[in-house]
Amino acid sequence: MAIGWYLVVSALIFSIGAAGVLVRRSPLVILLCLELMLNAANLALVAFSRMWGSEDGQVFALIVMVVAACEVTVGLGLIVSMYRRQLPIDVDDLRELQG
Amino acid sequence: MAATTFGWLVLLCPLVGTAVIGLGYKRLPGRSPGWIATAAIGLSFACAVVMLVEILDRGSSHRELTSSLWSYAVSVGVSAKLEILVDPLSVFMVLVVSGVSTLIHLYSVSYMAGDRGYTRFFSYLNYFVFSMLLLLLAGNFLLLIVGWAFVGAASYLLISFWYRRTTATRAGIKAFVINVVGDVGLVLGTFFIFTHTGTLDFLQTFAAAPHVFHHDSTDLVVGCLLLLVGAFAKSAQIPLHTWLPDAMEGPTPVSALIHAATMVTAGVYLIARMHPLFELAPTAADVGAVGGCLTLLIAGTIGLAVTDIKRVIAYSTMSQIGYMIMGVSAGAYSGALFLLMAHAFFKALLFMAAGSLIAAMAGNQSLDRMSGFRRALPFTFGCFVIGGMALSGLPPFSGWFSKDDILAYLNHRGGGFEVMGIAGYMGAILTAIYTFRMIFRAFFGEPCPEAKELEEGHIAHAEVPTNPQTGEVEDTDVGFPGPEHHIAEREWPMKIAMGTLALLATVGGFLQIPGVDDAIRRFLAPTFTGSALAAAEPSNGADWIGLVIGAAIAVAGVAVAYRVWVLAPGTAARVRERFAPLYRLFVNKWYFDELIDLTIVRPVAWFGQVQDTVLDRTLVVNVITGGAVTAVGAVSAAVRRAQTGFVRYYVALMLLGISGVLIYFLASAS
Repeated sequence: MAIGWYLVVSALIFSIGAAGVLVRRSPLVILLCLELMLNAANLALVAFSRMWGSEDGQVFALIVMVVAACEVTVGLGLIVSMYRRQLPIDVDDLRELQG
Repeated sequence: MAATTFGWLVLLCPLVGTAVIGLGYKRLPGRSPGWIATAAIGLSFACAVVMLVEILDRGSSHRELTSSLWSYAVSVGVSAKLEILVDPLSVFMVLVVSGVSTLIHLYSVSYMAGDRGYTRFFSYLNYFVFSMLLLLLAGNFLLLIVGWAFVGAASYLLISFWYRRTTATRAGIKAFVINVVGDVGLVLGTFFIFTHTGTLDFLQTFAAAPHVFHHDSTDLVVGCLLLLVGAFAKSAQIPLHTWLPDAMEGPTPVSALIHAATMVTAGVYLIARMHPLFELAPTAADVGAVGGCLTLLIAGTIGLAVTDIKRVIAYSTMSQIGYMIMGVSAGAYSGALFLLMAHAFFKALLFMAAGSLIAAMAGNQSLDRMSGFRRALPFTFGCFVIGGMALSGLPPFSGWFSKDDILAYLNHRGGGFEVMGIAGYMGAILTAIYTFRMIFRAFFGEPCPEAKELEEGHIAHAEVPTNPQTGEVEDTDVGFPGPEHHIAEREWPMKIAMGTLALLATVGGFLQIPGVDDAIRRFLAPTFTGSALAAAEPSNGADWIGLVIGAAIAVAGVAVAYRVWVLAPGTAARVRERFAPLYRLFVNKWYFDELIDLTIVRPVAWFGQVQDTVLDRTLVVNVITGGAVTAVGAVSAAVRRAQTGFVRYYVALMLLGISGVLIYFLASAS
């Protein structure tokens, strides 16, 4: 089977994720979309790994999963603490870091 | 243990003393800091004596020992070691310095007792002794420079000891600035010598010098002249002398220790230490001799005119150091170092006696106000007279043997040096006159009110303490002189210190009686082996002729002073009117302060002002820093606008950027 289809699916998922990050305002959904983008990258990595017949790409995919898990933990922790402080759960309202 | 071990111990004792007194200033009660300091220096002196014994045990050709504690830096061509050199010259100097310092510490235990800064005083004083011993024991140029700068700092701290007295702080700054000129000279001189010899070590330098330098080669002469700048600044020789009279603003024990007995003789030591170099560069040595000769005459004439008792003694110090510098530059090493020792004894004694006198005057130092203290202060009077006789060179006191040793050498050497010998005899008569002027004015005649009060049994106290120079009203709190004064008659430590020095000033000269013992010359000989000038000593007969002439001149000077100030008291005023222009020249100190102010201080101040207005304010502030600030401000204002705080906006920008880069690489790859 040609590698092209895998890459197409991967690109599609990545684009959906990117569009979600850009469009949605809830941090929870943004985190989900980020996860989509990471997994798209994982798919591409595994596909390339198979194409070259080496395990490097798979190892990288595992590492990306670990990083993604960490990132989600931090992100969810932030969201929970925002909720506890009764801050608006909306990335557009949280803009105190402007110049 | 080796002699060098005791050399390190000599250094360690005062350092520990400084640390203990400095750190424990809150816990040490009463006079204990003074006793700790005295004990530290006393121990140091004991170690120096052991060092002397050890070195005398060795054969005379094995008396130069070095010891290195560790290498501070070893890199291409430079080896900077923490190294001391123990040889007869350094041992001699260490003995004089630590011995006289011990006595002056002992004196200060009582003299400074009323002062609120008592602990601080002794911490500084111990620090000074440490620095001075470091300077003397240094085995290479590096450590010498360190010690040299340390004594300058200690001198500054102690001159401005009464730091709320404006005259004292100003004098401290002046001394420090002029001493820094000397430090710079010393460092540059070292550089000139180092570039040729390639070593900082003294003994290696002296061994290499004859091979790398021609006789009187330009670089060596320049190097030695720069060393002379250092020596002249430290030893208060013309034209770098103006700080010494002002340094009398410090407490009297400081004047005795630093500005008479020890630190100011560092220049003499430097030239004696560097004698192999100076003998290779006779031009520089001659400059040194001429400078010393001028100083001894000019300082002597000023000493005749000023009326502040401490300043009279200060000018006499300059004049005596002029003799030493002249002697040591011309080659009379043992004579000059002999005078250095004798001078340390009698000048410290004179200052101590003057301190007692000033205490009896409740801090006033003017000779115009003092008279008739003979009965009120019998012990001080005796000490002052012994010191004065030694200073004037009356036989058989130490000043007589030592000064005339130098002058006999100069006359013997010939070749123009006789002129300096004659100048030296002129200086000697001036010395005798101004010394006995002090004695006759302060101790003879009708007792002044303070003396009368003391005869009735109590020391005069100022109603309101004032600065004797300006008359400003002062506190007696910390930073100003304390409320009480102490005279030698009532304090046994002062009595012991002065009594010992009086004894030494009297018998110190017997160490080197020409043709009898010659102890100092023989002891110092190992340091000066190989020196042609040291070998060319005059015969004993010539020495004795010189001594007789010196004695006659001193007696003549005393007779003149007796005639002018005791037999016919109006004479001084008549002479002053008769030679009014000359008197004005002397009393204004030959206008050296004004000359330096006009030629150096004002132009530099003007230059600084121009720098301030044109360079600093206009160019730097407005153009360079101001321009940079405006530019950075404008750029950051523009960049700031991009920071909106919208997370999604940042993400969009990131995506755009990464896509752009990717597309570029894809396009360039195909």
